[in-house]
Amino acid sequence: MTSETLERSPAAAWPSRARAALRAPGLVLSVVLLVLVGLAALAPGLLTGQDPLTGVPADKLLPPSLEHPFGTDQLGRDLLSRTVHGTAPTLRAALLAIAIGLVPGSLLGLLAGAAGGVVDDVLMRVADVLLAIPGLLLSLALITALGFGTTRVAVAVGAVSIAGFARVMRAQVLRVRESDYVEAAHASGTRWPGVLLRHVLPGAWGPVVVFAAVEFGTVVLAISSLSFLGYGAVPPEPEWGSLVAGGRDYLATSWWLTTLPGLTIALTVLAANRIARALDRGTGEAL
Amino acid sequence: MGRYVARRLLQAVLVLWAAYTLSFAVLYLLPGDPVEIMAAGGGEVTEVTEEQLDAVRAEYGLDAPLAEQYLDRLGAALTGDLGTSVQTGERVSAMVAEQLPATLQLTCAGGALALLLGSAVALAGAHTRRPWLRQLLLSLPSVGASAPTFWVGLLLIQLVSFRWGLLPAIGDQGWRSLVLPALTLALPTSAVLAQVFAKSLRDALREPYVETALAKGASRARVTLRHAARNASLPAFTVFGVLVGNLLAGSVVVETVFSRTGVGRITATSVTVQDIPVVQGLVMLGAVAFVLANLLVDLVYPLLDPRVTTGGAVAR
Repeated sequence: MTSETLERSPAAAWPSRARAALRAPGLVLSVVLLVLVGLAALAPGLLTGQDPLTGVPADKLLPPSLEHPFGTDQLGRDLLSRTVHGTAPTLRAALLAIAIGLVPGSLLGLLAGAAGGVVDDVLMRVADVLLAIPGLLLSLALITALGFGTTRVAVAVGAVSIAGFARVMRAQVLRVRESDYVEAAHASGTRWPGVLLRHVLPGAWGPVVVFAAVEFGTVVLAISSLSFLGYGAVPPEPEWGSLVAGGRDYLATSWWLTTLPGLTIALTVLAANRIARALDRGTGEAL
Repeated sequence: MGRYVARRLLQAVLVLWAAYTLSFAVLYLLPGDPVEIMAAGGGEVTEVTEEQLDAVRAEYGLDAPLAEQYLDRLGAALTGDLGTSVQTGERVSAMVAEQLPATLQLTCAGGALALLLGSAVALAGAHTRRPWLRQLLLSLPSVGASAPTFWVGLLLIQLVSFRWGLLPAIGDQGWRSLVLPALTLALPTSAVLAQVFAKSLRDALREPYVETALAKGASRARVTLRHAARNASLPAFTVFGVLVGNLLAGSVVVETVFSRTGVGRITATSVTVQDIPVVQGLVMLGAVAFVLANLLVDLVYPLLDPRVTTGGAVAR
């Protein structure tokens, strides 16, 4: 009896969920696409059976076909396989960059919002300065100092977004710290660190996560631009931005070499932004 | 108004000083010895001896204590001396001055195009009564913002230059070679502009004065263009500073894709050979452009919007 009701309730929710999904086909497509991208990063072998690094010289520069859906490059390597295998380094760099922006950024924002006064002023003025230098130029300065490679590019891109995360977190902390439950926790004798971790942080978290989702698209674009410029992945390692750069010499004859990996980047960013917008709306209603 | 202007100017100077300090910290303090980078910079020498390192340290004043180096460089920067390029030995300020006109041409054309595209899409989206067309127009900006700049540039070269043979693919001779780079540079910027403008237009069209104007017999086009657009363009104007920064940063990618000369191109090559003084000069150029653009917004905004008073805090 009980097991029956348990089984029925999620099933009963399905028609309405399906209807909601039909009303936002773009969102469903975006989720499907990002699941595919995640799959390509975690288990590239499931999506392609071909070798990304060694090619068949006789099959060089073949246009897209059933056998090679993305065509082949100048060394006869399957481009779909290279794009699929290039997902992991790109995605890893993007997630690392988000983590580098998110963790110190939210801690600094938490500190600024909770401490107030001089600490807040100093931290926020530093954030203003960080935001005054165009992001790409600041990343380029960091790359000059740190050197090249996918991980360093990720660090350079992530460091740029620290200021943004700090601002969002600070604004949320300022909003939450005035609320009754925080005051109650404080009045009941909980010390500030406890109040911050147990009460303020959970309440402030939502918009910061949404900001992270919004930043994801920006970060993927920045990382692929920097690898396109040649500061990221070292050939022959496939990475999205450097795949596009690799096709530059064959623009006139082999359109697929630049078009298809670039399209992959564009669609991924589009999908991520679409989901971020949905999340944004979701928390907007919850607040 | 005088005090307001003075305060804004002082703020601008402080931000620039802080940006200089930050870029100094990033370039000279982070791991990765600048001396080794510079000694090997652009050269074929792979093994650098200790004597060579000392010579480079002495040449660039890197043997002094860091605080002294910082003050020396800051003092020189105030007089417009941004140091010399490690790779070419040229003065950084001269290099920037030489390359700036080409980039200004590109960014101005790109900015104008972005303004045109962005407001056209937002206005058309607000004006149309067909839901599918509105949906299409208003989803264009998110597509534009998602496409990587370098990819858009390469697609345009492929189609317009190679397939159709309409415009030159590379180089910087005349307006014909400016069209594709400017369009590429404009696209992401116009997307941001269209998003901001479309949102403020939507808000403006809900205002009572719109209904009043319609009731008095003004056509919808007239109400959208004359009444709503004028008010709605104010919020869009405040993102001007960010857009100027984006255009300048975008020139790094666009000038590389289209093989143009300019500030963006020397940024890309200086990063490749880790030419620290040049990179710092270009980062400062970006900060100056951003600060000047924001200063302009802050000074012009009160003139455009009489509700903003210059006495207290100004809504940004």
